[in-house]
Amino acid sequence: MTDKPVAFFRTDMLPPSEPPLSQRGVLKWMRENMFSSIGNGAISIITIAIVIYLITLSYPWFAHSVWNADSVRQCMTTVSSTWGEGASGACWAVIRATWNLYLYGFYPVDQLWRPDLAFILMLVALAPVLFSQIPRLMIWFTAIFPALGYWLIWGGSFWVIPAILAGFVVAWIAYRLLGTILGSAVGLAVGVVVAILWWLLLAGPTIDGLSAILPIRLPFVESRNLGGFLLSFIVGICGIGFSLPLGILLSLGRRSDMPLIKTTCVVFIEFIRGVPLITLLFTASFLLAYFLPPGTTFDLVLRVVIMVVLFSSAYIAEVIRGGLAAIPRGQYEAADALGLDYWKAQRLIIMPQALKISIPGIVSSFIGLFKDTTLVIIVGLLDPLMGISNAVRANVAWNGIYWEPYMFAAAIFFIFCFGMSRYSQYLERKLKTDHR
Amino acid sequence: MSIADDRPAARFRLSALIYDSRYRAITIQILFTLAIVALFGWLISNAATNLARLGITPSFDFLWNRAGYPVSMTLIDYTADSTNGRAALVGLINTLFVSALGCVTATIIGVIAGVLRLSKNWVVARLMTIYIEVVRNVPLLLWLLIIYAVFTQVTPGPSAYRGDNPSAHMWFWHSVAVTNRYVALPSPEFWRSLGNIDLGIFKVSIDLMALIVVIVAGVWANRRYLRRVTRIQEATGRRPTTWWVSTLLILGPPILLLAALGFHLDEPTLKGFNFTGGILAPNSIFALWFGLSVYTATYIAEIVRAGILAVSKGQTEAAYALGLRPNRTMSLVVLPQALRVIVPPLISQFLNLTKNSTLAFAVAYPDLGGTLGGITLNQTGRALECILLMMVTYLVVSLLISLAMNIFNQSIRVKER
Repeated sequence: MTDKPVAFFRTDMLPPSEPPLSQRGVLKWMRENMFSSIGNGAISIITIAIVIYLITLSYPWFAHSVWNADSVRQCMTTVSSTWGEGASGACWAVIRATWNLYLYGFYPVDQLWRPDLAFILMLVALAPVLFSQIPRLMIWFTAIFPALGYWLIWGGSFWVIPAILAGFVVAWIAYRLLGTILGSAVGLAVGVVVAILWWLLLAGPTIDGLSAILPIRLPFVESRNLGGFLLSFIVGICGIGFSLPLGILLSLGRRSDMPLIKTTCVVFIEFIRGVPLITLLFTASFLLAYFLPPGTTFDLVLRVVIMVVLFSSAYIAEVIRGGLAAIPRGQYEAADALGLDYWKAQRLIIMPQALKISIPGIVSSFIGLFKDTTLVIIVGLLDPLMGISNAVRANVAWNGIYWEPYMFAAAIFFIFCFGMSRYSQYLERKLKTDHR
Repeated sequence: MSIADDRPAARFRLSALIYDSRYRAITIQILFTLAIVALFGWLISNAATNLARLGITPSFDFLWNRAGYPVSMTLIDYTADSTNGRAALVGLINTLFVSALGCVTATIIGVIAGVLRLSKNWVVARLMTIYIEVVRNVPLLLWLLIIYAVFTQVTPGPSAYRGDNPSAHMWFWHSVAVTNRYVALPSPEFWRSLGNIDLGIFKVSIDLMALIVVIVAGVWANRRYLRRVTRIQEATGRRPTTWWVSTLLILGPPILLLAALGFHLDEPTLKGFNFTGGILAPNSIFALWFGLSVYTATYIAEIVRAGILAVSKGQTEAAYALGLRPNRTMSLVVLPQALRVIVPPLISQFLNLTKNSTLAFAVAYPDLGGTLGGITLNQTGRALECILLMMVTYLVVSLLISLAMNIFNQSIRVKER
């Protein structure tokens, strides 16, 4: 044994040295995601250069925005006096000046609180449908909202609301009374007939009577005064609300065992899907009057909504048919084995699964429908893109303004459509039950 | 062994029509049919009453009357003296023309965007995501209006090309001029043209027919040649060099034919305040074409992306294991399988594009809805006939497109036993 002292030995480990600069942090990320090869690097640089070029090209236009002006000319003088001769700048003043026109069309200015209130109430009514965290009792408000919204937008006697809703109550009472005695099918049929009779024959006198006792009314607003995003929303929301149930019925009809019903549904769906929406809108505008009893006139907006609903329901029917086809046969057989009748089986077992599968398709149909509401310009209604923009440009002060109104409308449509697609993704995640 | 026979007695009672599931289907169908027949009967009787009251008898005679209006773009001979029927035909051909152009470009842009959105390159993938999300969440009508505004507001007038020191310059070696009303393009001409065949309804250029025949023949010969080369390869194990023979077979005959016919381009020139010569294509077709392409391409991109993602990763890994390079893996393994997922929704996008071409009204492009459903309808007041004819035409076009694409779909389907 030597007692030569040990010069050095390590008592603890060295900390690991930092990875090289190219292997960590931003550089590593950039190397992997942007410059993984020479070709990739070149593409990245070219793309970034193009994006930067476009931004520098359009930046001054946005930076020189004018928010307060009375006409295009004033905008231009403001821009050239602030930023020098020849500078270009956006004239957002046009949106400020024509804000009401874009949002409500020619809705009477002193009544604008009505569409505002209807919009807020619509959000309240939608909440329990869209989010399951909201108390369930709110769904009753959703049930009342269509009648309430109708009254708020168009006006007239307040008693329209109970008159419309009473039809459903009458139908439900008839169904419950007769359903237990004569069977649910007969009960349902009688209920529908009773409701239609109520609306056609008794609702009118009831409204008149109640109005005479207690006159609560809002000034009547004609449909041709509706326009802008208000009109888009009315057509879009009605279309979405009514085309889903109709689409479900059509898809069930198309998969039915009964040949006559199946044929009718197939012919209807294929016809609607084979023609452009514009021809249907033309039909609503020019032809519908021919096919109704002489002297009948009914509202153009209502006619357009009916056509949009029919159009959209055919597409939704096909989407749901895809969902139905994806459900294993065993599910149908299990429903039969439990002794459920057709409607119970559909309601409790088949549809929840089929609808879940078809959520993306249904929502993209809805987005398409919402975008298609701009086509109402073809029948002379004031859509927010062409109708209102043309009306704005018809004013001498705003003649020749193009980009700002279009960008404004595009932004609003983008927000709602993108929102819808995000919501559908949220819904898909929420309803996912497989354990993958 | 006793199994209780609980089938009801075969005796038919009236209540069985409601309660017995064997008969209920018949009851429901009969009631349903009666309701439909009643509805249609009601509608038709209303229409008959209304038409009689207004003194209108539905007839298609107006199609043979003088139209009396000019059409801004005609691919077949048409003047204001032509008939309404011919105006409708012009519109239909314009619809088909812009739809065909749109389908081709939308597919090209869509496939590129869809593949690039899956790219490993972060910048490109994000850019494509932005493009797809922004374009498809805004109505097509708006894109058409914006593109049309670019064409009509930003571009110079024809007079800007005048003078020794013009403020605007023509593109592509002095052959294309974009103005605020039309785009002046060079037109293909032949010194020694073979003339036209008059088919009665429209004329067909023999030069064009000859060119198509020669190209098809060249492609066919090339396929025969390649098959022979493959046989040689299978017999000897060595594949002869093919590229120059293929190039000659495909490009040679058309070039020779064009030279023989004396092909040249007639370039538009400025005479006075307007261009003459060449083709003066109205801006509306470009706005509609670009708008439809860019918009539909976003849908096609998503379809392509979904199709590629639907091919399982094992396929790619197997291809790598066999030593295929990424490009060959894409073209030989992934895309052929993805194609089967892609084609059916692609068909419906082509149909959508064709139907969306009715948005031509926004840019004043004279499509079927602009001639038959627009000016003819307004001039003659024959709404019933015009709209009926329009619907039937679109239905037939839609059915033909889906028929053609379904045949194509059959041909690329997996051949199973």
